[in-house]
Amino acid sequence: MAAIEIRLPVARKPVVQSLAQGSDKHLVAPGDTITTDTGYMRGHGTYMGDEKLVASVAGAVERVNKLICVKALKTRYNGEVGDIVVGRVTEVQQKRWKVETNARLDSVLLLSSMNLPGGELRRRSAEDELAMRDYLHEGDLISAEVQAVFSDGAVSLHTRSLKYGKLGQGVLVQVSPSLVKRQKTHFHDLPCGASVILGNNGFIWIYPTPEQKDEEAGGFVTNLKPVSLHDREVISRLRNCILALVAQKLMLYDTSIVYCYEASLPHQIKDLLKPEVMQEIVLETRQRLLELEG
Amino acid sequence: MRGSRSKALHDRALVNCQYSMATFSTGERKRRPHGDRKSSEMTLHLKQTFEAAILTQLYPRSQIDIYVQILQADGGNYCACVNAATLATIDAGIPMRDYVCASSAGFIEDTPLADLNYVEEAAGGPQVALALLPKSDQIALLEMNSRLHEDHLEQVIEAASKACKDVYAVLDQVVRDHVHEVTTLLGE
Repeated sequence: MAAIEIRLPVARKPVVQSLAQGSDKHLVAPGDTITTDTGYMRGHGTYMGDEKLVASVAGAVERVNKLICVKALKTRYNGEVGDIVVGRVTEVQQKRWKVETNARLDSVLLLSSMNLPGGELRRRSAEDELAMRDYLHEGDLISAEVQAVFSDGAVSLHTRSLKYGKLGQGVLVQVSPSLVKRQKTHFHDLPCGASVILGNNGFIWIYPTPEQKDEEAGGFVTNLKPVSLHDREVISRLRNCILALVAQKLMLYDTSIVYCYEASLPHQIKDLLKPEVMQEIVLETRQRLLELEG
Repeated sequence: MRGSRSKALHDRALVNCQYSMATFSTGERKRRPHGDRKSSEMTLHLKQTFEAAILTQLYPRSQIDIYVQILQADGGNYCACVNAATLATIDAGIPMRDYVCASSAGFIEDTPLADLNYVEEAAGGPQVALALLPKSDQIALLEMNSRLHEDHLEQVIEAASKACKDVYAVLDQVVRDHVHEVTTLLGE
């Protein structure tokens, strides 16, 4: 039986400042005066306090023409139309499901925004309403797209395409929404043998790549076939890589995840959770990404 | 909001606090971690302090939970809770008017003392707990127990204010270093 490794907690060392490109950003903390010039419009993260604009969160100031806002480092998800999200159903109500998406208010998935099995297009009847619980019940994970945002900030979702719907076997990683990069597509089939959905709300779903894309199912039939050991290892390694990228604060997108996976191959999967290994592989990933750009 | 939907306010967020003490935090093992009179009073004080500081108008029909647990009760429990909750709120990205810094102060043998420890608190003299918004010098909460002559009040509040400003300097430095580090790492 191998020995179990135990570590005592020690203070975290701040990251080496060798990457400092001389930050030209104006960093503020709550209560800091941003400007006393009244010509500016105030955006998120600021408030007006006797004749001057004051910051209300800790972060970097962003200036777009006459609009000043402060972008906080870590926030809850703010929905925007067209975003892909991964959420968990929390309630089944009369004609809708309430979905938890790491936002301030629960998101709403209306029955009329949901695809019916077989992809039929018809008016939802009373039987559909009674059968809602058969489609999605509390605790199910779904992938969906944001259709609209209500005035109070709550998000309305839809699963109107066959690529959205209930999610089957896989691993969910919850990270901060500010770490997921906005891209053209959020569904990626990685070359290492697994697929990943990078939800804009910070929920990342890693699952084994399906052999053939069944178009008829439309996300209702969950594939409960046993997943092979090799696929499980790939998925576990990907999950630990994502946790390493999050700990070292690197933006998450398909290229960074693939590079991190390749950098982690020499190590054992369980070693990837150690802080020094995390730092090493993320440093390597960073260097490869810089080479890619430059 | 989970549960308590009836308490939802239509125009602002509800701040829900809970103050609890670990059983091993005091000299004698504490039977009830929370729910007793002292904890309820502390909970109410924390709630009042943070309702004054957090910009609750931005989040109607929502609830912000602040749960604090004391691991070692060695003097200045309320003040430590306020300082810790301030850092937690800033880290969570919840908009606030300003930092909330708190410190206790007392008056022993004609000298105002700031930041009392357990022995000084247990001595039974007058104690003042002050929660301050340092930039604007606004008092979020001022609490006093025992008896203090009004001539001495100003000195004691002065001592507490100065201690709060010192705490603010420490908290601010930590927050700025962290923001700088994260912004540098994120790069964009």
